[in-house]
This record gives sequence, structure tokens and C-alpha cells, in this order.
Amino acid sequence: MDMKFLEIFNGKKIAISSRWLDAMIASYPNDNSGFLMNQKDRFANPVGYTFTTGIEGIIEVLVKGEDFSESVSFLEDIIKVRAIQDFTPAKAMAFVFQLKTIVREELGKEIRQNQIYDGLLDFESKIDDLALTAFDIYVKYREQIYELRTDELKRMTFSLLKKANLMSEIPDQEVEHKDQK
Amino acid sequence: MAPKVKLPKPEELAKIEFKTPATDWMDTPVEFKPGTFCWGSKEKDLLTLGLPNPRQWSPADEDWKVPEGWETTILEGMAERLSKYRSFKIFMDICVRCGACADKCHFYIATGDPKNMPVLRAELIRSVYKKYFTKSGKFLGRLAGARELDMDVLKEWWSYFFQCTECRRCSVFCPYGIDQAEVTIIGRELLNLVGLNIDWISGPVANCYMKGNHLGLEPHAIAGNIESMVDDIEDITGIRVNPTFNRKGAEILFVTPSGDLLGEPGIQTCMGYLMLFHELGLDYTWSTYASEGGNFGFFTSNDMAKRLNYKIYAEAKRLGVKYIIGGECGHMWRVLNQYMDTWHGPADFLEVPVSPITGTVFENAKSTKMIHISEFTADLIKHNKLNLDPTRNDHLKVTFHDSCNPSRGMGLLDEPREIIKAVCNNFYEMPENTIREKTFCCGAGSGLNASENMEQRMRGGFPRANAVKYVQEKHGVNMLANICAVDRAHFPALMDYWNPGVGVTGVTELLANALVMKGEKERTTNLRFEDLPGKGGNE
Ligand code: SF4
Ligand code: SF4
Repeated sequence: MDMKFLEIFNGKKIAISSRWLDAMIASYPNDNSGFLMNQKDRFANPVGYTFTTGIEGIIEVLVKGEDFSESVSFLEDIIKVRAIQDFTPAKAMAFVFQLKTIVREELGKEIRQNQIYDGLLDFESKIDDLALTAFDIYVKYREQIYELRTDELKRMTFSLLKKANLMSEIPDQEVEHKDQK
Repeated sequence: MAPKVKLPKPEELAKIEFKTPATDWMDTPVEFKPGTFCWGSKEKDLLTLGLPNPRQWSPADEDWKVPEGWETTILEGMAERLSKYRSFKIFMDICVRCGACADKCHFYIATGDPKNMPVLRAELIRSVYKKYFTKSGKFLGRLAGARELDMDVLKEWWSYFFQCTECRRCSVFCPYGIDQAEVTIIGRELLNLVGLNIDWISGPVANCYMKGNHLGLEPHAIAGNIESMVDDIEDITGIRVNPTFNRKGAEILFVTPSGDLLGEPGIQTCMGYLMLFHELGLDYTWSTYASEGGNFGFFTSNDMAKRLNYKIYAEAKRLGVKYIIGGECGHMWRVLNQYMDTWHGPADFLEVPVSPITGTVFENAKSTKMIHISEFTADLIKHNKLNLDPTRNDHLKVTFHDSCNPSRGMGLLDEPREIIKAVCNNFYEMPENTIREKTFCCGAGSGLNASENMEQRMRGGFPRANAVKYVQEKHGVNMLANICAVDRAHFPALMDYWNPGVGVTGVTELLANALVMKGEKERTTNLRFEDLPGKGGNE
């Protein structure tokens, strides 16, 4: 990664994180009281906390120019929340792309002055990779919602099947295994 | 040549306004998206119960097939309840909109949707109250926060009163003690007047009315399920426990939610009861008629709750027992502790519960004559009456979820903790503002633990799961203990989504695993047939 770009990025990371968080919170237009943004207790406001720590975590990884895979767990935490909040897939995921806009806007002047467009392009393709990963994560959790329903049904009926001698000799784990095939 | 498309310039792109405009809550109609609501009640169940407007309908349909003149039915229903329940009238009148409750509801915390703020949830009904029952609302209308009752309002009620788990967390923070759960209860009663309940409530209520329990288990199925648990207990401990059913003259009647009779990990909790009572030589009986401690009627209407509750005292009387012990359940205890005595008490034909083992008199149950299994067990432990080997639970790092009703509803805070500490060596509390009176709801109480609303359940349970995550990361917690059948049904899914690796258990299951029974063989597995720590592979 372009060192100059990273240096500039690093200098502005606080502003970038905070704008990214703003953008994310803006997808909750009805939160008029500003609760998601302002309540800092991590237990009283788990959504805000997950977003803040997630965003900071992802930015830290990007600033270091490291492989973005380091940031996947933060991405995962955020998407898990967005996956159950009534968003369309596009709306749930928009925040990843918003980072591009924010970085371009925040760093535009320095990038022009220093002629480091390549650095910006490099960075943006990282975000594209991040977005692809984000889609995989999103789909994984959406699918899990449906799996939870079937798992629940299994827990409810397993003892009945066992009782009816339909499964008596087969240990629990094996049954789960079979069902997964 | 292809026409030239005008592309926005980068600066224009950069100025994208992320914020979509907010609308006033009164102008924001409800949308019904799959995964976020429960199915509507079925025709056959409403017929069985003699409830109004039985028909097939779906909340996703435009037409909910409510009867002609439904507005009058609802408004008359409101008038009746305003005069009957002083609390309802007061809650409608005294809220000062201080906002103290606003961010205390798990559904609001997880969604940021203002209609899930307790204060606004109450406002959904208060705005209608103002329009039809106050002078200012009649004349000033919307200026005074009043609005007409129309179909959109009715749908909004249905959506948001079935997005409140009646957990009462908000009431803990309200300086006036306004209890949104009570407002929701009334809201649901009103909805029921025009046939608007959810299937997950009216189905179990109909079952309970016909068969005595929510699952619709008939007497032979109850006895059969318990017999198969008895077989499992014998395999694990070498001891054959011998429960009795409908036995006249027993000293104690035991009543538990039917969720303990079917499905994991409820059945392991039930095995725990069987083992504990056997070890004590308790003179007790099960009933296949009063076979449900829970009461989904409570999520329908006061009358329905009363109707379903009746069988408990009736059966106690028929069998001639002295008092009643109840199993691990949440809302069951709110009903037993706060309503049963008013509806069907005083139970003069019963005696004040006295533990036959320790002699402790349970003065707190002087009137209802029914005690909670955790009080009974904690008392045994306090008097050193049980032989316990907590190392059998050494592979577990346990945290405890206070179910809303036993904790906030009846103050049962320390007893389950005393039991856990006596039977487990590794116990870790979740953070202070998420437990005891301030506990976060599981997210699926008050009949909302259906499966079609899984997404909604994952939301509602997020604040609870988030606190579990903290102790999971900090202490390696891998087991979430509780004293509620709905918790046991709902938490496994919640944990799988938010905190994979955390299991779910009833407190009595933990106890039974640690309980050294007289004459037992050396145990190699726990009640789930998993190897005990240090005993694996020895078989
Ligand atoms: S009772 Fe519980 S679910 Fe209902 S509004 Fe209050 S905090 Fe929310
Ligand atoms: S805390 Fe009580 S008085 Fe204050 S807004 Fe909430 S319900 Fe109203």
C-alpha cells in the first residue's frame, strides 16, 4: 500500500471513523432522540457499542495497511446486528460503500496535492473486497435465521421420536450430523 | 450513437445525504414484513374458546376481516376497562413524558424504532383515549396528541402490543411507576374483542382449555413422557424413581409448565425435579389435569387467565393435598403470585406450606399456599440437607439470567443464585445493569416465542445476549442458567445466533447433576448423556 496514502489516512482516521459512524446511524432516521449515538454504556446501548467498536476496529486494520481479513470479526459483529433489523440487503450493507465516499471527501485535497491517486485506488479495491466478504457474512446470518427455526423444531420433537423408538439407538450428535447432510 | 448519460461529478457523489427523512410517528404506518410478526390466531382456536370473530386471516393481508362496528366495540371496551381498572386510567392520565423509560426497552434498544419506546407504546393507546375520553383531545385533536381510531391505528396496536413482552423493565425506571406491561395487557384485551390475537397464544390457550396444558398433552402422554425420563434417570444413576399421578391424599401437588415435559433442555430440568423429590422421599403427586403451570390466557385477557388458572386449586382440592409446589417458570409465577389469590383465593382448604425436611414455614405463601421450587430448594441447601458434588459441574462456567417475572414480578432474586453457587464452582454474574430487577428480557416472553418471528426474537434478545457475550469473553462462560420454561425454549436459538458455544439449562438440572443420591451408581454422564468431567472414556 502507498505509504503516503496510509500516513494521510492515519492522520484523519478519527474524523473518518466518526463520519462513518454518523452515516451508519443515519440509517435509523426514526431515532430522533439520538440514543444510538449518545448512550455510551455498552450494555444499555449494544447496537451503538457494536458499531463504534466495529468501525474503529476496521479502520485500525485498514490504516495499518494490513490484510483486511483481520477486520472480518468486526465486520461480522456489525452485520449480525444489521441482518435482523428489517433492512433490505442493500440498505443493510450500504455502510461498507459509504466508507469510500467518506474517505474520498476527507482525503481528497491531500490526495490531489500529493498526486497519490494510485494509493486511493488501492484502498478502494480493498473496500470492494471488504464488501464482497460483507455480502457473504450477511447471507450466512440470514440463512441462520431459518436454520434456527428448524433446529428449534428438532429440539422440541427429538424426545418424542426417541420415545416412539424411532431413534432410540442413535446418539444425539449423529442425528444432528445426518440432518445436516 | 448511444445517448450520452450524464454522470454525477465526484463532488456531487460525495455530498450524498445519508439520512432518509423521518416522519412523525402518527404518520408512519406499520409494515408487516415476514420474520417480524407472529401469525394471526386460527379460527378453530377462537371457536373452541368462544372468543369473538373466529375466521381465517393473516396479518400480511390488507383486509383483517374485523367485524362491522369494531370501532364501537373497542371504544366501549376501553370505557369499561377505564372504570374497572384504576391503574389503566391513572396510566393514561399521569405520564409526564419525562423520558426516563424511553431507552429501557429491549425492543427499542435493538431497533431504535421510537414506537418501541415504552412511553410511545403507551401513547399509541393514549392518543385514542384522549380523542374519545378527554375534553382537550375532543376539541384540540392532534394538537393535544389525540387521534381517531381507524384501521391503521388498530394494526399499529396489534404490531406493537405484540412487540412488548410485558417484561416491566420500563416500570422500574418510571418515577410514577407507570407499568407499560399493564397497558399492553389492556391493549391485547381490546384487540381480542375483535378477534385479533396471535396463533402462538390462542393455540396454546385452546389446548390448555381442552386438555389442561399448552402442548395439548393428554394424560397418557404426560405419564408416558415422565416414564421415559424415569428410564433415563435409571440409566444414569442406577436409581428408579417412582413418581405418582393424580394420587389422592398426597401431601404436595407439583405443578410445572408443560414445556418441561417435552423438548430439550426442558426435560432435563424435569428429570431434576424427579430426582430431587425422590431423594427427599417427598410425599407428592403429579396431576395430569392441572398439567400446566404456565398461563397463556394471561396474554389474552384477564378472564381467560382466570379461567385457565382455576384448575390448579380445583385439583389441589380434589386430591386433598396440603399445599402446592410449582416448577421453574416465568409468567406462571406472575400469575400465581399476583393474581391467583384474587381470582380464586383464599385457598382455605390448603395449609401454609411447611418444608417436611427442614420445618421451614413459608410465610410468604401464607395466602396462596403455593411455593416456588427454587425457594424450596434454596431452603434445603441452607439447612445442609442435600449431599452435593459441585465438581460434576466443573466443565461449566455458568451465568444466571433473571427471568422478568420471578425477578421483577415477585422478587425471587437470591434463591436461584444460592442454588447455583452450591452446585457449581464457576459462577459469574453479568453486569449490574442487566440483572436482578434491571434484568433484560429474553426477548420472547408473553407468548412471543413463536418460530415465524425469529428475526424479531433475535432483536428483542440482543441486549440480553450482549451481556452474555461480555461474560463469555471475559470469563469463558459456556452455560446460561435460568428458571423459566420460555427461556429454555427460546435461549438455545438466541445463543446460537449471538453467542455460539453458550448452552442453556434450568437451575434444577444443574442441581440434579451435582446431587449425590443415596445408593446411586458411579455416574459417568450428566442428564444429557454427556461425559462428566474426568469420567469420559472410562465406560
Ligand atoms: S414492558 Fe418490557 S417490552 Fe414492554 S415496553 Fe416495557 S420494557 Fe418494553
Ligand atoms: S418514565 Fe413514566 S412518566 Fe416518564 S415518560 Fe415514561 S411512563 Fe411517562
